[in-house]
Amino acid sequence: MDVHAAKYIGAGLAMLGMIGAGIGLGILFGNYLSGALRNPSAAAGERPMLFLGMALTEALGIFALVIAFIILFV
Amino acid sequence: MAEPMKQFEVHTIVPLNVAGLDVSITNSTVWMAISATVLAGFFTLAFARPSVVPSRAQSVGELLFSLIDDLAHSIIGHESKSFMPLVFSLFGFIATMNLLGMFVVPFTPTSQLAVTATLALLTIAIVVVVGFWKNGFGFFKLFVPSGVPIALLPLMVPIEIISFLVRPLTLALRLFGNMLGGHVVLNIFGSFVVSLGLLGLAGGVATLGFLGAGVALGSVVALLALEFIVAFLQAFVFAALTCVYLNDVVNLHSH
Repeated sequence: MDVHAAKYIGAGLAMLGMIGAGIGLGILFGNYLSGALRNPSAAAGERPMLFLGMALTEALGIFALVIAFIILFV
Repeated sequence: MAEPMKQFEVHTIVPLNVAGLDVSITNSTVWMAISATVLAGFFTLAFARPSVVPSRAQSVGELLFSLIDDLAHSIIGHESKSFMPLVFSLFGFIATMNLLGMFVVPFTPTSQLAVTATLALLTIAIVVVVGFWKNGFGFFKLFVPSGVPIALLPLMVPIEIISFLVRPLTLALRLFGNMLGGHVVLNIFGSFVVSLGLLGLAGGVATLGFLGAGVALGSVVALLALEFIVAFLQAFVFAALTCVYLNDVVNLHSH
C-alpha cells in the first residue's frame, strides 16, 4: 500500500480514540446537571470541579488527535 | 489548498549562539516576551493606584487573583499563600500567550511542544523539590497509597510511580494538543470559506458555494468563540493541576 494512503488511514483510525472522550464528557456533564437540579445552591461550588474534570477528560481525546497529527505529518 | 501546519513554523529573527547552544530570538520567543510584558504591564497599571472601590482594570485583576486564590486555597489548604506566586504566574502567562495567539497575527508559543514541555517540566521539578523539602525521604510515601494490603504493594507502587512520571507528559501534551488542534481546525474551516466562495464564483448551480461559504463562516465564528474559552480554560486547568500536584506532596500525611 502507498505510504501516503496508509498515513491517512492511520490518522483516521487514531481519531477513533475520541469516542471514549466524548462519552466521558457526556457522563460528566450529565451527572453535574442532575446534581445541579437536585441541589441548585451547591451547583456553583462544584463548577470549578466540573471544568477541571472536563479538561482532564478532553485531554485524553486531544492525545488521540496528537497521535493522528504525528501519523499524518511526521 | 489548506496548509494548516504552516502557521506553526518557527522563524529565526536574530540568530544568537552561546557556547554552541542556539539561543536565537525567534517569533516564538518574541511573542513569549510580549505576553510576559502585557501580563506584567496590565497588573502594574491596574494596581498602580489601588482604591477600596476598584477601577475597572483593578476589579478584573482582583477577579483573576481571587479565582486562583480560591482555587489554590480549596485544593491545598492554608499553605496555599506561599504557592500563589507560582500558580498565578503560570496561569497568567499561559492565558496571555493563548489569548494573544487568538488574534491571527501573533504566534502562539504554547502551540510548540518545546514551550509547553518546558513549563510542565519546571512545574513538576518544583513539585518534587517542594516534596523533598517538606517531607525529606518521606516523599516516597507518595507512592504507597494508604489502606492497601501488603500483598498488592509490589503491583501498586510501580503503577503509582509510572502515573507520577506521566504527569509532566500529560501537562505538556494537554496544553500543546489543545492549542495545536484549535488553530489547525480554525485554519481548515477558514480555507473552506475561501474554497467554497471561489467555487461559487463559477456560476450556475455552483452559486450554492456562496451558501456553503456562509455556513463555513458561521462555523469559524462559533469555533473562534469556543477557542477563546479553551484558551482561558487550559490555563486554568494547568494552574489547577499544579495545585493538585502540590497538594499531593504538601499534605502527604493527611490524605
